[in-house]
Amino acid sequence: MSEDFIVSLLAAAITMGTPLLYAALGEVICERSGIINLGVEGMMLIGACVGFIAGNSFGSPWAGVAAAIAAGALLALIHAFLTVTLRANQVVSGLAVTLFGTGLSGYLGQDYVGQPAGAVFGKIALPVLSDIPVIGSILFKQDALVYISYFLVPLAAWYFYKTRSGLFLRAMGENPAAVDAAGINVFRLRYLYIIVGGALAGVAGAYLSLAYAPSWLENMTAGRGWIAVALVIFALWDPWRAMAGSYLFGGIDALGFNLQVLGLPVSGFILNMLPYIFTVLVLVLVLKRRGGRSAAPQALGLPYDREER
Amino acid sequence: MVTPLISMLGITKRFPGVIANNKINLELYPGEIHALLGENGSGKSTLMSILTGLYQPTEGKILVEGKETQFSSPADAIKNGIGMVHQHFKLIESFTVAENIALSDTHGSFKLDTAQIEADIAELSSYYGLKIDPHAHVWQLGVSEKQRVEILRMLYHKSKVLILDEPTAVLTPQETRELFINLRKMADNGCAVVFISHKLNEVEELADRITVLRSGVVSGHMTKEEINRASLIKMMVGRELNTNYDRKESHTGDVVLKLEKISALGDMHTLALDNVSFKIRAGEIYGIAGVSGNGQRELAEVIAGMRLAMGGKMYFGGDDFTNKTPREKIEAGISYVPEDRLGTGLAPNLSSVDNIILKEYNGRFAEGWRIKWQAAVSAAKHTVEEFDIKQGSIYQPVKMMSGGNIQKLLLGREIAAKPKLMVVLYPVRGLDIGAIEAVHKLLLKLKEQNTAILLVSEELEEIAALADRVGVMFAGKLMGEFAVQDMDIEKIGALMAGVTEDGGEGK
Ligand SMILES: Nc1ncnc2c1ncn2[C@@H]1O[C@H](COP(=O)(O)OP(=O)(O)O)[C@@H](O)[C@H]1O
Ligand SMILES: [Mg+2]
Repeated sequence: MSEDFIVSLLAAAITMGTPLLYAALGEVICERSGIINLGVEGMMLIGACVGFIAGNSFGSPWAGVAAAIAAGALLALIHAFLTVTLRANQVVSGLAVTLFGTGLSGYLGQDYVGQPAGAVFGKIALPVLSDIPVIGSILFKQDALVYISYFLVPLAAWYFYKTRSGLFLRAMGENPAAVDAAGINVFRLRYLYIIVGGALAGVAGAYLSLAYAPSWLENMTAGRGWIAVALVIFALWDPWRAMAGSYLFGGIDALGFNLQVLGLPVSGFILNMLPYIFTVLVLVLVLKRRGGRSAAPQALGLPYDREER
Repeated sequence: MVTPLISMLGITKRFPGVIANNKINLELYPGEIHALLGENGSGKSTLMSILTGLYQPTEGKILVEGKETQFSSPADAIKNGIGMVHQHFKLIESFTVAENIALSDTHGSFKLDTAQIEADIAELSSYYGLKIDPHAHVWQLGVSEKQRVEILRMLYHKSKVLILDEPTAVLTPQETRELFINLRKMADNGCAVVFISHKLNEVEELADRITVLRSGVVSGHMTKEEINRASLIKMMVGRELNTNYDRKESHTGDVVLKLEKISALGDMHTLALDNVSFKIRAGEIYGIAGVSGNGQRELAEVIAGMRLAMGGKMYFGGDDFTNKTPREKIEAGISYVPEDRLGTGLAPNLSSVDNIILKEYNGRFAEGWRIKWQAAVSAAKHTVEEFDIKQGSIYQPVKMMSGGNIQKLLLGREIAAKPKLMVVLYPVRGLDIGAIEAVHKLLLKLKEQNTAILLVSEELEEIAALADRVGVMFAGKLMGEFAVQDMDIEKIGALMAGVTEDGGEGK
């Protein structure tokens, strides 16, 4: 294999990992507050669909991203209302949101299936940086959303570990009663972080329909939302590890794609299955290494009611 | 007369099916230690949770320095200078001490200044002599240290009203004394201190003013000058109480359980049991005294087969039973009554009948793969009658019963299996006095039937009233062993704190 092949594979890993990264980062934030969001897949689909439509209508990919953020956040608001206010089962609510998002995106996008994109995020080679040998071609000949994600990850890590609000966020997932007793509004903050998570899932969707494969197809996320949910476990709820994990999965995706192009005598279906098989393997390995215990926030998935014992 | 710092007027709080507080009035003055005395379930924690904004009162109002104030969330209470150390600590185990204290400082800078917080903590802790390492993670701390973190947190926020809910339950007598000195210091600095307890002697020792609660109503007041034990008991219980059981001469038989240098790891993979050895004979009650969390639960779990011993041997009736399965141990006649009755003990949503079958699904209630319902139902009826268990019906989920009846059902089920050895943890925790008497009598009756009993308790009076011999545990070690006649509270208290005869700390 030539150096060029490897460089292009790694660059593709980043491109393909970026939607996973946005979604996983959103899920890390949401789960750190103690709420599981299984609606990611639905939120990504809505983001992809609405993002594509808005991008086409306004002729700007940024309009698409803004619309995707709003759409993802709106679905997340439903999840927040169900799980925080009504204290519904988070798994059930998340599944419902995914079903709803899938159906709604299929309906809204009917007329746009197969249409050419009116607005696309193109690759931008950053001056100077892109001239660095090897690394430049991998990291700095990407599109704007990739560059933004480079900032988002350290920002999230800094917020988590170095700020007071980040402390509250992490604490909420561990023991909401303690945070509540400390005079912090658990309900309001959980709404906030669920919505932030949904907005990021929306961006992840828009990345697919505006940058990765500029078009709209029903179910175009193809399970990436679920991979993002699994990635969070692999990432042990940490932004940096979520980034590493996303690129790793992106790489496997890219590898499967490239092998197919090279015409390997393996069925394309098997190659397409690679990321999903890998997800299962990784989950088993992570849990096994940690003696069956994950580093999940202690209160993850449990509804919080102040007067309940 | 000074205006009270806090007045609670006509506070009523209803939970589904219970009135936890009924038209309660309470006034707190600066510089005073106010004791809230009452049995378990009398409504003490509920009343203080209302003052801290955690619960909303159904009726009534709260005045702060004479002005009516809304407490719609804990944030409001904190703003008004009210701090509370809850009975179940509100700490985040995976965080450090400093992070936990920073947590309730909602007005600090956006960026965390851990160094500053640590310096502040160090200063406070040296002023009050509350030793703590701000870098330590909370899960690494013992219970008394966790309490120190909670107290420091209140002080850190300059709370004017300091509420401590049953703080002594997790302390040794010596640690209790230190706590009392500190509480007095805080009151002298102008704070209003609320001390919640169900222990008379502590309240008598510490309080300037006492409010007694019984079943959600104030049953009396008393000031320091008027203290009178007999009338306090009457206010608390509504009747005189009897703790002198008539105990038959004990005729102890053969050794039933023998532990030889048993060691085991705790949940956090640290050493929880360290070379523990003792014997129990048939018809003997062996009491384990100690502050809870010093290896008692792990000891019971090793004996019951729910935790592996890393080292040492366990003999039961002369045979090696080290690390046999729970099933083998149950079949051999070892019975285990855990501390959380509705967690490990019984299945809360199942009925009495189901719960009685649960442990003998292989035994007398089984016929091949079929359950013999008739036998189970009549056994349940029999247990309910024999142990005087009050409940709606034997088909009702057991979680609907009161604590005392739940404990009687659990003990009844175990006793019916005629065990040779029974391991009981904190059997009367959370029960009212009537139920305590009933449970104690059940244990004494079991002893008369020649069962060997291991009784783990944090109440020295309970051990004195029931046990024949006492072992004291600290940090996973058995610090000493006494015949109950030779029990000396001072000495046992010292051992509970890890101080050995030669004056050193046994760590
Ligand atoms: N959150 C709650 N939900 C339902 N019932 C409760 C709750 N908290 C307390 N109770 C009930 O209120 C009564 C008083 O309880 P509590 O205030 O904890 O008593 P104490 O602190 O004096 O032991 C008890 O009957 C208890 O079962
Ligand atoms: Mg209480």
